[in-house]
Amino acid sequence: MIRNLHNKIINKEITSEKLTLDYFDAIGKKDKDIFAYLSLTKELALEQAKKVDEKIARGEEIGILEGIPGAIKDVLCMEGVRTTAGSKILDNYIAPYDATAVKKLKEAGAVILGKTNCDEFAMGSSTENSAYGPTKNPHDLSRVPGGSSGGSAAAVAADEAVWALATDTGGSIRQPASLCGVVGLKPTYGRVSRYGLMAMASSFDQIGPFAKTVEDAAIILSEISGRDDMDATSAHSSGKRYEDYLTGEVKGMKIGIVKEYFDSLSEDMKKAMESVVESYKKMGAEIKEIQLPHSKYSLAVYYIIQPCEVSSNLARFDGIKYGLRMDDEKDTDMADLGGLDGTPRTLLETYLDTRKYGLGAEVKRRIMLGTYALSSGYYEAYYIRAQKVRALIKKDYERVFNEVDVILTPTTTAPAFKLGEKVDDPLQMYLEDIFTVTANITGVPAISVPAGTIKVEDKNLPVGFQLMGKWFDEENLLRAADAFEKSKCKNQNAK
Amino acid sequence: MISKDEVKHIAALARIGLDEKEIEKFSTDLSSILDWIEQLKEADIENVEPISHITGMENITREDKAEDFENKDGIKKMFPEEKDGYDKVKSVL
Repeated sequence: MIRNLHNKIINKEITSEKLTLDYFDAIGKKDKDIFAYLSLTKELALEQAKKVDEKIARGEEIGILEGIPGAIKDVLCMEGVRTTAGSKILDNYIAPYDATAVKKLKEAGAVILGKTNCDEFAMGSSTENSAYGPTKNPHDLSRVPGGSSGGSAAAVAADEAVWALATDTGGSIRQPASLCGVVGLKPTYGRVSRYGLMAMASSFDQIGPFAKTVEDAAIILSEISGRDDMDATSAHSSGKRYEDYLTGEVKGMKIGIVKEYFDSLSEDMKKAMESVVESYKKMGAEIKEIQLPHSKYSLAVYYIIQPCEVSSNLARFDGIKYGLRMDDEKDTDMADLGGLDGTPRTLLETYLDTRKYGLGAEVKRRIMLGTYALSSGYYEAYYIRAQKVRALIKKDYERVFNEVDVILTPTTTAPAFKLGEKVDDPLQMYLEDIFTVTANITGVPAISVPAGTIKVEDKNLPVGFQLMGKWFDEENLLRAADAFEKSKCKNQNAK
Repeated sequence: MISKDEVKHIAALARIGLDEKEIEKFSTDLSSILDWIEQLKEADIENVEPISHITGMENITREDKAEDFENKDGIKKMFPEEKDGYDKVKSVL
C-alpha cells in the first residue's frame, strides 16, 4: 500500500496534502464511533505534507515513506504534542522531545496524523483501560480492538491511517493486529531504540509497526531500527531495507509448529490455523513438529517480572516533576501504616493522592503486585525464580531454532471479544497474551498476519496467525509472512 | 491470601492512596493472581542461572560529560508549580 501511494505521489496523481486531508476526512467521519485517536496533529501533518509536495514540484527525489500519513501510539513522546499514555496522570503533559523512533519517522518525511488511544501505560488487552474511554473494533463496534495498542490497530483497520507505530510488551501489537485484521510486527528486543517510550517493563518493551501489508511493516521497520546512544540496549543495524527481502519464496524453509497449541483451539480457530499450515506446505515449506516444554510457564513468568519492572518504572509518576499533582488536604489513613517513616506528612500526601487519583485500577494492581513480589522476604521466591524459568524458556527457543527457521502459532485463541466481557476479571484478560508473551520473554521477533475470518453472530471477524523468528532475523520472518500474504492474494484473485 | 493489612502495607510502599473498597478489591485480586503464579513452583530450576535480560549486554558506558538539552523551556512548562524558574515542591526535610 505504501509503495502504491508513493508511486502516486511521485507520478503526481495525488499530492501528499490531498492524501493527508483525505485521511483527516476519514477520521472526521469514523472516529466518533471508533475512537482510535486521543489527539490530532493536523497543523504539523499538513506542514509536513506540503514540504513533500514542494519537493515533488521541484523535481526532487523523495523517500518511500515521505508524505505517507500514519499515527503514533500515545505512549511515545512527540515534541510539543500532548502525550498521555492513556492516563489521567499525564492529561496535561506536553512532551519536550521526540522519541527516537518518532524522530526517525519524521526524518524519513512521514506525515503524522495524531496520537492513538491505548490501555493506560500500555497495560491491558482491550484498550478498555484507557482513562479516556475504549476504542471499538472497526469490524464490530460492540467488540474490543484488542490492546494495549487498540487505537493504532483500529486506525489502520478503519483506514484512518496508512500505518501506525505502537509498542509490544506481552502482545500489545500482535493481539490487536489479530483482532482487527491487520499486520502487526514486534521486532527483536534491541532492534528499535526505546528512548522516548513511556517505559512499562523495560526488559520486554519493544516498538513496532501496524500496517495493511507485510511490505508496509517492513518499510516502517527499515526506517526506525538501529543503534541509539540514548538506549543502551539498542543494537547496531547494518542499514538493511527489510522490504528488499520479500521474495514470496519459502521453498525449503523449515516452519515449526507446536501440536498442543493447535489442539487447544476451538474448531473454527483450528480450521483457520490448519489452512495457513496447508498454504505453507503448498508453497514448499517444510512443517516440523517442535516441543517447547517450558513455554507453558511464560504467562506466569511474565506476570511476575513485568509488574516488578512496572512498579519501578512508574515510580516517576509522583506529582513532583510533571503531570498531575494532587493533594486533597485530607490526611489519608494510609499514612498511619509502616514503610513511610521519615517522609514529611505534606509531601507524603502529595504522593499518595496524586497516584490515587491519577492512576487507574489495572495500573495500580500491577504496581502493587510488583511491589509485593520485590518486597523483603518475597524477592527470591518470586522475582529470582521467574528469572530462572525465563532462562529455561529461552533455552528451549535456542534449541528449537537450530531445527527450524520460524515458529508458527495462533496469535490469539479467538476473535475479538465483547466490550465489558473480561474487564472485571484480570486473569481472563491476562490469558489473552498466552501465545504472544513468549516472544517478549525470549526477545525474538514476531509478527501477526491476517489468517482469515471466523463467523460470530453473523459477523465475519478477523483472526491472525503468528510467526516467530530467530533473534535479529527479521528478514526471514518477514519473508515467510509476506509469502503467505502473496499466496492468499493469488488465491483470492483466482476465485 | 493477601490480607487487607498487607494490601495497606504494599500500597504504602508503592505510595498509592487507596480507599476501603479498593483495599478489599486488591486483597481478592492480588490473592488470585498470586495463586495462579504458584504454578512456577513445578518448574525444575536446580542449577539454572537467572537472566534479567535477553541481550546478555553488560555495562554499556559513555563519557560522563554534560550535554545541553535544547528544549529546557518545554521541561519547565511541565512543572506542576513553578517559582523563579524552579519546580516548587513540598518540604522534603
